Amino acid sequence: MKHLDEYRDVALVRGVLADLHRRVTRPWVIMEICGGQTHSIVRHGLDQLLPDAIELVHGPGCPVCVTSLELIDKALAIAERPEVIFTSYGDMLRVPGSGRDLFAVRAAGGDVRVVYSPLDAVRLARENPDRQVVFFAIGFETTAPANGMSVLQAKALGLQNYSVLVSHVCVPPAMHAILGSPLNRVQAFLAAGHVCTVMGYWEYEPIARRYQVPIVVTGFEPLDLIQGIRLAVEQLENGRADVENAYSRVVTREGNPAAQQVIAQVLEVCDRNWRGIGRIQASGWKLRPEFAEFDAELRFEVQGLHSEESPLCIAGQILQGLRRPGDCSAFGQACTPEHPLGATMVSSEGACAAYYRYGRSSGRAGAEEARGTGEMDEG
Amino acid sequence: MCLAVPGKITEIYVRDGLTMGRLDFGGVAREACLTYVPEARVGDYAIVHVGFALNLLSEAEAQATLETLRQIVDFDASQAGAGETA
Repeated sequence: MKHLDEYRDVALVRGVLADLHRRVTRPWVIMEICGGQTHSIVRHGLDQLLPDAIELVHGPGCPVCVTSLELIDKALAIAERPEVIFTSYGDMLRVPGSGRDLFAVRAAGGDVRVVYSPLDAVRLARENPDRQVVFFAIGFETTAPANGMSVLQAKALGLQNYSVLVSHVCVPPAMHAILGSPLNRVQAFLAAGHVCTVMGYWEYEPIARRYQVPIVVTGFEPLDLIQGIRLAVEQLENGRADVENAYSRVVTREGNPAAQQVIAQVLEVCDRNWRGIGRIQASGWKLRPEFAEFDAELRFEVQGLHSEESPLCIAGQILQGLRRPGDCSAFGQACTPEHPLGATMVSSEGACAAYYRYGRSSGRAGAEEARGTGEMDEG
Repeated sequence: MCLAVPGKITEIYVRDGLTMGRLDFGGVAREACLTYVPEARVGDYAIVHVGFALNLLSEAEAQATLETLRQIVDFDASQAGAGETA
């Protein structure tokens, strides 16, 4: 496929990797923010081809993983109501709430449906005027334009049976939280390419300056990722801390103005609880008051919930780059994708799920044996 | 969720007031909302995310990036070759 195969060219990836190996003179810790990048790195075996001095730690950019337990419990309570068709991106269905998930609600008779786009949920509302259609509007800056447009579209169509359970989170406040922690180890970031497609990367310039960390906007294919890491290392080795764009075929500094305009029209900044991490000030978006009629939290009063996390799960520390999936006593034992204790084992973007699926029992174990056996030539 | 794949726009139309398109993802056809890429034309490649095109791919930037990377690899190879003969 055009615009895909070129970035999986084995010879080119190996060539850029060789250049990266020559540049590294000492250990560096680099965080890829986005869970999609985590999966691509582990799937293609890139983590095992890097110089030993480069440690990649996996960031919190997995929307399914950081959606708060309280909101998941709220979703479960709304989904089991008989008048409701509860719609969601597929990843959310197996995320454990306090003791059960959306699949369990469906098995018990709840009408829970997976949609590909929030516009599918709007269509369901139109086709089922006697039912209440609720969409679980989760995600980072990447899903906000879609989720926001679904509300505008429902309003334009005069729908009174569509609402959204909003759980939006934003990348820059999470970076502040990670960099401001006394436990922080991250020295450079790969910024999430598709978040930047929407928002641009001007927001990251003050972060790079304030904390003196290089930030490289990076894509998702093997060549994109290796080049992103190479540019980050080049900056680290030269003592620079700039924002660079290694994904310029898609991302501009300003981002997508039409998408930003809809976000600003429908959503406003709010504090958010990040699952496993805790409350981060001004780290998310909620519906603006003028769209209150579409707010599922107001439409369905849910009370008396008592949310409780598994005591074994260390997802919060994994999402902050402090520990690795293999450090968890439950990994692959009490916690598997079929029976996840925490959200990082569920999502296609969760670090634990990536390690489980691609056979990484812990950090760099087996890296030497596996070197060169990655799947770069797959696509 | 974030692994948006580029698709080629094969058709553009309006439905319920929204600009929509049909895109070809390596042989798989899917619909996406094009409201955030008003400049889109049939034949353009777009990055699509949960049913919405978030941006069009810049052919010029793609070529420039690949050219830069090829130069890095060629330069390194020539340096390595020079080292061997020296």
